[in-house]
Amino acid sequence: MKIRFEPRQSESRTVVFLSPLVAVLFTGLFSMLIFAILGVDPITAVYTFFIGPVTSIAGWAELFVKATPLVLIGIGLSFGFRSNIWNIGAEGQLTIGALTGGGLALLFYNVDSVFLLPAMIIAGIFGGAIWAAIPAFLRVRFNTNEILTSLMLVYVAQLILSYLIQGPMRAPDGYNFPESRLFHDAALLPTLISETRLHAGWIAALFFAVIAWILWSRHIIGFQVKVAGDAPLAARFSGVREKNVTWLVLLISGGAAGLAGMIEVSGPIGQIVPIISPGYGFTAIIVAFLGRLHPIGIIFSGMLMALTYLGGDAAQIEMKLPNAVTGVFQGMLLFFLLATDFFVRYRIRFGALRETPDKESSKKGVVG
Amino acid sequence: MQVTRTRLKLENITKHYPGIIANDSVNMSVLPGEIHALLGENGAGKSTLVKFIYGVHGADSGRMFWEDKEIQISNPSEARKTGIGMVFQHFSLFDALTVEENIAIGISQELATGGLSDKIIQVSNQYGLPLDPSRYVYTLSVGERQRIEVVRCLLQNPRLLIMDEPTSVLTPQEVEELFKTLRRLSDEGISILYISHKLQEIKDLCHKATIMRNGKVVSECNPDDETTRSMAEMMMGKDFISPERRENKSFGSTKLSLRNINRVSHHQHGVDLANIDLDIKTGEVVGIAGIAGNGQTELLEVLSGEVPVGDEGIILLGDREVTNLNTNDRRKVGMAFVPEERLGHGAVPNMSLWENTVLSAAYSMDLVIRGFVSKVSSIAFCKHVIKKFNVHTPGPNTFASALSGGNLQKFIFGREILQNPKVLIVLQPTWGVDAGSAARIRQSLIDLTENEAAVLVISQDLEELLEISDRIAVIHEGKLSPAYPVNEITIEEIGLLMGGVKKSEFSIRGTDEN
Repeated sequence: MKIRFEPRQSESRTVVFLSPLVAVLFTGLFSMLIFAILGVDPITAVYTFFIGPVTSIAGWAELFVKATPLVLIGIGLSFGFRSNIWNIGAEGQLTIGALTGGGLALLFYNVDSVFLLPAMIIAGIFGGAIWAAIPAFLRVRFNTNEILTSLMLVYVAQLILSYLIQGPMRAPDGYNFPESRLFHDAALLPTLISETRLHAGWIAALFFAVIAWILWSRHIIGFQVKVAGDAPLAARFSGVREKNVTWLVLLISGGAAGLAGMIEVSGPIGQIVPIISPGYGFTAIIVAFLGRLHPIGIIFSGMLMALTYLGGDAAQIEMKLPNAVTGVFQGMLLFFLLATDFFVRYRIRFGALRETPDKESSKKGVVG
Repeated sequence: MQVTRTRLKLENITKHYPGIIANDSVNMSVLPGEIHALLGENGAGKSTLVKFIYGVHGADSGRMFWEDKEIQISNPSEARKTGIGMVFQHFSLFDALTVEENIAIGISQELATGGLSDKIIQVSNQYGLPLDPSRYVYTLSVGERQRIEVVRCLLQNPRLLIMDEPTSVLTPQEVEELFKTLRRLSDEGISILYISHKLQEIKDLCHKATIMRNGKVVSECNPDDETTRSMAEMMMGKDFISPERRENKSFGSTKLSLRNINRVSHHQHGVDLANIDLDIKTGEVVGIAGIAGNGQTELLEVLSGEVPVGDEGIILLGDREVTNLNTNDRRKVGMAFVPEERLGHGAVPNMSLWENTVLSAAYSMDLVIRGFVSKVSSIAFCKHVIKKFNVHTPGPNTFASALSGGNLQKFIFGREILQNPKVLIVLQPTWGVDAGSAARIRQSLIDLTENEAAVLVISQDLEELLEISDRIAVIHEGKLSPAYPVNEITIEEIGLLMGGVKKSEFSIRGTDEN
């Protein structure tokens, strides 16, 4: 029997929404297989990994803490991905946003002002946007590939962080540890639920999702970005300048990543440390696609990805599994998603060379 | 040779594609030495049928006979061995290789080794296809490139030659040369299956015509016994409406002026525009003829503002200079544009029709209010377009990619025309559009000029231009000839201009062919 792939007439809407769910299901099944190979009971492992972390309020709070940067960055990136601008350097923009936002906190150390936090927010957004403006400028001016430039700038950003944290930003009374001072209260995000780490950043993420949703569904900007991604010539025909779209989407995604960085240092971390993010900027790429580049979808996919971080920690502590398990899961999820997305445009056919089911082909068992 | 024997016979060929039946129980036969036309609108199933004959793809059912023996051809190389040659509409040539090298790539190894260039010269002399084997392809005209494809087929001694719309890229003179060659081949007993939708050509050239519609053979006829009109009716199955034009039109003041447009093309193999001057008056349709790739796309881009006008160039709309306005600002002062590519340029494939109205009508029809897209107004305008221009579609939520070429083009024309433009500029208005929709579109262009508008039509379809234009200019290698009133210029003269001969040189023509 022959298996063939046949292009669909148009994209299947059902598959667009179904494919992330199928990918999650397959990831679950294959992770059980991997647990079994590692010699642990799959059921217990899956429970520890996926259910255990969210059996308490503190667990949920922690989930939202981890989801905050993922959702913020994921939504920001969705602007670029919809317009075929590939910002892979959100991790670097996050780092710079943390430095500018957090830097302000250190600069005004012990200054008690209600304006400090808003200023830090602006500085964080600004820092990330500036870092993304470099690939934007290079692309618009010299037609360089933003995938490469934005990615390379991640390492530049991390070196800057490394320099600053060992030099100018190092805490004066910190025994030469490469860490900044702990931020004072006026520079810390307020917590939403006492006794947990859940902070106001989650509200910012949800707020950003609402704005993005309005832009996408109603506003001409969302329309233009979509057109630019789907049909660049049609965008030009409708008076949209490609360069403007490039600037816009890179500044939005950079600003969102910068904000996420500022929120990390001003929320859960509370100071500037050598490693600010466990790869949120890269994971957010998966988050954006898993959420179908849709703000609401990204909220859910961000929470799911946050769960893999929590699950990884739990598996490490309770089952002595290596932390790499988290990366394995995220990778599997992305690959299954890419595989299932193939069926948005193609359908699978078995056997007979018939395109429309009729008497003969149904005898040969065509599967639709 | 027995005359009664058929060269090729098809019995009940059926081929399904998802959602459509491309060929539905097609029967036809081609006699030796016959030039057999396969006539039909776009999407009638002609291409599917010949691709089956040439072994590009299989059929779901049906039988094929080659000289009275049943055969099965599973790939093009088998077809060539059998004696079937095909010249595709789009050439497969390498620009950086010579004629000989290109031919060697496409034929069997025995043929390609030893004295190939002599064989090329011999074949090309024998059939009136002058070709220099050592020339590089990029130096050749489109007509010459086609000769390479024809010679490549002939070297393999085919007994059936399939030609897919061979004249769409040729000047009238080149067409005449090609026809001479085809007639000579036919005299030698080679059958030719000639695919076209150009009726006059079929009357001039073909012995027999098989007419297809919606995948079925609807009629067979002798083109000599038919008029172009009667064949058009068979092809479309309904009364053919040819556009009505007003006689004795009077034109108003100059509406659109182009002065000294120079523009370096930013396309990879584009053509630079050079010193283009043109005036169009209110109420006038001006046509620009020319072979594809002579600066048409570049001209439209400059006019629509998608690409800035080069140094010194000026575009005037009435008395108003619009040279430095961007696309949307030009729309605001009354210009409208229809690009060549429907899907991807004139419309976004994966967007609904109502969203596609926003593409060009966002500001002129107030579809965007304070930055927000008004779905209600857009849908209303979209419904208006669908109704007025008779677009066959389930409704405004249908994706643009789901519409047939003709319907989408009607939609795009409706969208532009219902914005009441003062100047409408269109490129290839009926390219790949079924004849019914094409007629409607042409009529709408003529109607528009009655509302004080000026229309510029850039097209490769000469028949179309002669039908609707008041004056015709020709673009060749980015240079535009003066515009001549249609009754003061002949098809032959237009053909010469298309081939790059200036009008003042017409008398000494004939010396440049070697």
